[in-house]
Amino acid sequence: MSPTHFERAAEATPPMLAKKIRGLSDRAIAWIFVAPTIFLLLAINIFPLIWTIRLSFTNFRVNRPNAEVQFVGLDNYRRILSDSDIWLTMQTTAHFLIWTILLQVLIGFSLAYLINKKFRGNDLWTTIIVFPMMLSPAVVGNFWTFLYQPQIGLFNYVVGFLTHTDPSSFSMIGDVNLAPWAIVIVDTWMWTPFVMLICLAGLRSIPGSIYEAAECDRASKWRQFWTITLPMVLPFLMLAVLFRGIENFKMFDLVVQLTGGGPGSITELTSINLKREAFEKWRTGYSSAYAVILFVTVFGLASIYVKALNKVKER
Amino acid sequence: MSSYSITEPSKRQKWVAGSLVIFYAVVTLMPLLWIIATGFKSPSDAIAYPPKVVFQPTLEGYVNLFTTRTRATPEMLVQAGEPKTWYDRIVRQYDMVIAGPSRYGERFLNSVIIGFGSTFFAIVLGTAAAYAFSRFRVPLKDDLLFFILSTRMMPPIAVAIPIFLMFRQLGLNDTHAGMILLYTAINLSLSIWLIHGFINEIPIEYEEAALLDGYTRFQAFYKVVLPQATTGIASTAIFCLIFAWNEYALAALLTSGTAQTAPPFIPTIIGTGGQDWPAVAAGATIFLLPVMIFTILLRKHLLRGITFGAVRK
Repeated sequence: MSPTHFERAAEATPPMLAKKIRGLSDRAIAWIFVAPTIFLLLAINIFPLIWTIRLSFTNFRVNRPNAEVQFVGLDNYRRILSDSDIWLTMQTTAHFLIWTILLQVLIGFSLAYLINKKFRGNDLWTTIIVFPMMLSPAVVGNFWTFLYQPQIGLFNYVVGFLTHTDPSSFSMIGDVNLAPWAIVIVDTWMWTPFVMLICLAGLRSIPGSIYEAAECDRASKWRQFWTITLPMVLPFLMLAVLFRGIENFKMFDLVVQLTGGGPGSITELTSINLKREAFEKWRTGYSSAYAVILFVTVFGLASIYVKALNKVKER
Repeated sequence: MSSYSITEPSKRQKWVAGSLVIFYAVVTLMPLLWIIATGFKSPSDAIAYPPKVVFQPTLEGYVNLFTTRTRATPEMLVQAGEPKTWYDRIVRQYDMVIAGPSRYGERFLNSVIIGFGSTFFAIVLGTAAAYAFSRFRVPLKDDLLFFILSTRMMPPIAVAIPIFLMFRQLGLNDTHAGMILLYTAINLSLSIWLIHGFINEIPIEYEEAALLDGYTRFQAFYKVVLPQATTGIASTAIFCLIFAWNEYALAALLTSGTAQTAPPFIPTIIGTGGQDWPAVAAGATIFLLPVMIFTILLRKHLLRGITFGAVRK
């Protein structure tokens, strides 16, 4: 390290501040560094969380501030867990989760496998493929409604052209049978690159010497794939699945802009359902209980995720 | 033949893999190219059947995006005289006159202010906390880190209920300060986790040497550690910026006017008789392009950013 570098940095410090800080112990500095973060987390995360839990035991409604707030015990929780509409929402969410993850893993892994063949310009094409996932989901969702227009939409036109059907004969977001697939398609379009990137990292982490050894043992390519490639990419794949699982469990912006939960409530995912309860029906106490249930679910998923993450890191 | 030729894919394999990937890339890019192209179409071209690939480009969508227009009577048109600017001329084709700027500019500016503001605070606080987590013995460190990460995994709508009530009490609803505060808190998880990883990679010996040379701990932090973590911190900042830039759920619920960002605004751009698709497309294009440019800049750290530092290349 060059001395000029230090001199330059030293000059930049106001002498008073430097003198004040000089006397601080490591422990004091640790506190000074962590305290603002802790404070902010307390204010924006912990305090609201406690508030939500408290509200979840009441019948409070934001749009009726003068009504008497009653303590209703576990009533809200009982009603949510026995509400058939909410179970229907959960089913919708499960359908969305399973299909998006399945498609994204299949396409994402295949792409990563192909990119790992190291053809010329693979870096450039990887970057291009990644674009969709970096964009604003709400804006993307809004624009896909245009692509899905029956008469004029690009999607319908291309599908119509390939299957020799009339593009105005089907409506992806207006049809009860097609709408659940409309959201799966857009989510897959958007997030396949995510799975691809993680798989690619997994594939690149496999040392070439293992394949060389397998080649010497005359293991077939097929066998190499099943006994070397797949097991070694698996932890990465799991990580990608958990990430997508958590992200899609809380999915809101993309789908709300795309279908708004419709037609009817066919694509009403959990978050959209919760938004309706909390900010359209204004059942604040009830939706707080709903939120707590979602918190617990995500927290469970998150702890599994961290365990998987540590496993990946160990390698 | 080189020594690793048995594991190197053959020419034919490379060719097949390359063409498949390029095919996918072209298909996946189509919707984006279509957005960009639609922004330069006239309203009638945008909704033409079959969809028009070749068209006369016009800036109508961009003019409609940035202005509000009123239909003018023949007398008014005569009174207004010849159109003076190119955008006047575009609007005049439809017997309209420009009444004033639209709200898009403001909304875009809000996105910039809130995005950069929250990124700045998330990075400053995140760097300090990450350094402490990396170098000092902080009680319950692992639990704290896990808790910080889990805040990011909460469904935004579930978070929004208490935040909405709290902000209403504090008068923070629909304010820049409120949104900056909120996005800072959310982005802290990402900035702490990523920067923590970057700082961990800097050998502790450098600081120890500096401390032996008479540097205080604080000096060692900003003279030795910070300069080495600059690239990592910069890429973390871009990730925070992209999050705040793209965020929709909380912005849609907590802002409506003064502090509304672009994502909740763009879908509300309405023309005469339904959505004005060229204007929406123009708004989306302007909004999405910066992110695409940042993606290119970030490509080396992309994986790390999207996995909270779990996977490093």
